[in-house]
Amino acid sequence: MMNTKTPLTDKVKVSILSTMLKIRMVEEAIAEQYKNQKMRCPTHLSIGQEAPPSILSALLTHDDQVVSTHRAHAHYLAKGGNLNAFIAELHGKASGCSGGMGGSMHLIDKAVGFMGSTAIVGGTIPIGVGLALAKQIKQERGLVVIYIGDGAIEEGVFYEAANFSVVRNLPVLFVCENNRYSVYSSLDCRQPQDRKIYELAASIGLQSWHGDGNDISNTFQLCSDAVEHIKLNNGPAFIELDTYRWREHCGPNYDDHLEYRPAEEIAYWKSKDPIKLLTKQLLDSQVIDVSVLNTIKNNINKDVLIAFEKAELAPFPASNTPENLTYA
Amino acid sequence: MLKETHQISFAEAINETTEQLMSYDESIICYGLGVNDPGRIFNTTKNLVETFGDQRVFDMPTAENGMLGIGIGAAIAGLKPIIIFQRVDFFLLAMDQLVNNAAKWRFMFGGQSNVPITIRLIIGRGWGQGPTHSQSLQAWFAHIPGLKVVMPSTTEELKQLLTASVLDPNPVIILEHRWLYQQKGNVPIQIDNRWLLSEQSNISTGDELTVVSSSYLTTEAKIALKFLQEHHGISIEHITLSVLAPLNTSRIIESVEKTGRLLLLESAHETCSISSSISHQVVASSFDKLKLAPVVMAKPDWPEPTTYSGTKYYYISAYDIAQKICEMLAITLDIEALQKQGHHDVPGDWFTGPF
Repeated sequence: MMNTKTPLTDKVKVSILSTMLKIRMVEEAIAEQYKNQKMRCPTHLSIGQEAPPSILSALLTHDDQVVSTHRAHAHYLAKGGNLNAFIAELHGKASGCSGGMGGSMHLIDKAVGFMGSTAIVGGTIPIGVGLALAKQIKQERGLVVIYIGDGAIEEGVFYEAANFSVVRNLPVLFVCENNRYSVYSSLDCRQPQDRKIYELAASIGLQSWHGDGNDISNTFQLCSDAVEHIKLNNGPAFIELDTYRWREHCGPNYDDHLEYRPAEEIAYWKSKDPIKLLTKQLLDSQVIDVSVLNTIKNNINKDVLIAFEKAELAPFPASNTPENLTYA
Repeated sequence: MLKETHQISFAEAINETTEQLMSYDESIICYGLGVNDPGRIFNTTKNLVETFGDQRVFDMPTAENGMLGIGIGAAIAGLKPIIIFQRVDFFLLAMDQLVNNAAKWRFMFGGQSNVPITIRLIIGRGWGQGPTHSQSLQAWFAHIPGLKVVMPSTTEELKQLLTASVLDPNPVIILEHRWLYQQKGNVPIQIDNRWLLSEQSNISTGDELTVVSSSYLTTEAKIALKFLQEHHGISIEHITLSVLAPLNTSRIIESVEKTGRLLLLESAHETCSISSSISHQVVASSFDKLKLAPVVMAKPDWPEPTTYSGTKYYYISAYDIAQKICEMLAITLDIEALQKQGHHDVPGDWFTGPF
C-alpha cells in the first residue's frame, strides 16, 4: 500500500497557523461581545486549545467526519464549519448552523462533515462510532474523528464505544485533548496518577499515541501516523494530546483568581502558546513576512465582523419552530 | 382490499415482519445481545443472520448505553437500526443516549438529522422474574418529547405496528410483553410500507362503559368483557391503546362521551402513569359527560415480588376487571367462572420457565 502521509510543508504550516488564528480571533471576539448579552447561551471557549484540531484538520478530507463536545468551537472551525452560521447559532438565530435551536454546545455543519457536538460529557463518543459503523456497512470512504476531553475517559460510554470499535475494526480516531481539568476538578483527583490515558486506551485495543498538543510538528506527526493507520484499515486509533484552556471552563473570562490551577502551570502553558510559537517560527524562517501575517489577520477580522453583523440582524426562529421540530 | 392473512404466533409475527422489512429495505440493520445466539431472542431473530449476513445482523457487547448511541450514530448516517433488549430493565443503562441524544438530535440541530431507530424492549412477568425483570416503564419513555412509544396488544396488530415503527423517521420504543409471545392470531402475510402507527383501535363497541387497555392487559380484558357480554348482556366499548406517545386521546374521549364511564387498565404503577394522563385529559375535556369519575386499575406501588405467593394478587386479572366493572355499573353478577384455574404466575401451561 502506498504511503498516504501528508508531509508538514511550509504551506501546510501556514494553513495550520491560519486556522489557529481564525479560532483564536473568533473566540476573542465572542469573549469581547459576550457582555452585550446577545449570545444568551453557555459558551465554552477553545482559546489555548487551538493546535490539535488545526493540525489534525490539515490531514482530513471531505470524506472524514467529526463529532465533538461542549467545547467544540475549535473543532467546528478547523473542519471548515461555516463561520456566519456559527456566530448566528450563538445568537440563537434562524440562520444559525442548528437553526438557533442548539447554541454554542450543539454545532453542526454536515456539508463539511462536522456531524454534531453535544453537551453531555462523552455523549457523542458512541455517535461517532455509529457513524463509522455505517461507513463500514455502506462501504463508504473516510474515517470519523471523535474529539473528547480527559473527563470523558471516566465515562463508561467511552469504554463501551471504544471496545466495540475494536471488535468491529472501525475507522475511528479518538482524539483526547487532555487539559487536566473537568470544570474545576483536577485530573489528580479523578484518575490514578500513575495511569496514563493513552495507555488505558491501548489496553482496550486502540492503537495509541501521546504527545504535547501544542507542539506543532510532533502533533502533526502523530496525527499523520494515526490517520494513516486507520486509512490502511488497521483499526481504530487513539491520540492523547496535552493542551490547556486559558480561560474559565464556561464563559468569556479568566478565572485564575480562583486558584484551582497553580500559577506556574498557567504560566508554563501560556509560554507554549502554539500561535505565538508557530508565528515566530514562520517569520524567523522567512516563510511568511509581517505583511502576509497581517493580511491573514485582517481577512479573519473582516469575516468576524461580517459574521457578527449578520447574526445580529438575522431573525429568531418562528415561534412554532420548536413544536414542529420535535417529530419528523 | 382485504389482505391475505395466516395464523402465526406473536413471536413468529415479529420474526416474519423483521425478515420482510430487511428484504424490503437494505438500510435496516438488526442487533442486540443474543440476536444470533441459540435462543434468537425467543425465536424472533431466527434465520436473520443466515439470510442477511453478519454485517446487518449481529450480536453485541454487553454495553447498553454505548450500543444505543452507536445505533443513533448509524441512524444519523442513513441506516435504520432495530436494537433489541431482552428485558426493559437492562435498557435503563441506556437512558442517557435515549433521552439526551435519540429524542433530541433532530430538535437540537434544527431538523437536519432524523434518528430512525426502533428499540424492541421485552417486559417480563411471573415465574419469579421479580423486581428487575418485569418493569413496565412506558410512562418514563412517553414523558420524553421526541420519542414514540408503542405497545402492541395483539398478534393481529403486531405486524403493522412493527413495520410502521421501523419505517418511521423518529426513534420508536416498542414494548413487547413476554406473555403475548405464544398467542396466535391472523396476521397479514405481507408487510405494507404505507402502514402508519395507528393510535387506537376498537376491539368491541358498546354503550355502558369504556375500557382502555394496552399490551397483555388487553388479553385479560377481552376474557372479562366477552364473559360479561355473553353471560350478562353487558355492552362495553373496548379500546386498545397502541401508541402511547405522542398520546392522542381523541378516540377515547369520543367513546367516553357516549358511555359516560371510563375504566383504564394500567400495566404500570398508577402514579405518573399513562392512565393518569388519559384520565386527566378525559376529565378536563368531558367533565359534564361523565357519570362517575374515571377509574384506574394499576399495579400496586411496589416492585414485582419474586416469590410465588407475592404475585398472586399483584397483577390485574380478568376476574378483577369484571368485578370492577360490576362495581362501576352498580350491579351484582356471578363472575366466579372467571377465577383463573391453575398457576397464576405463567401465561399458560406451555410456559415452564426459565424466562
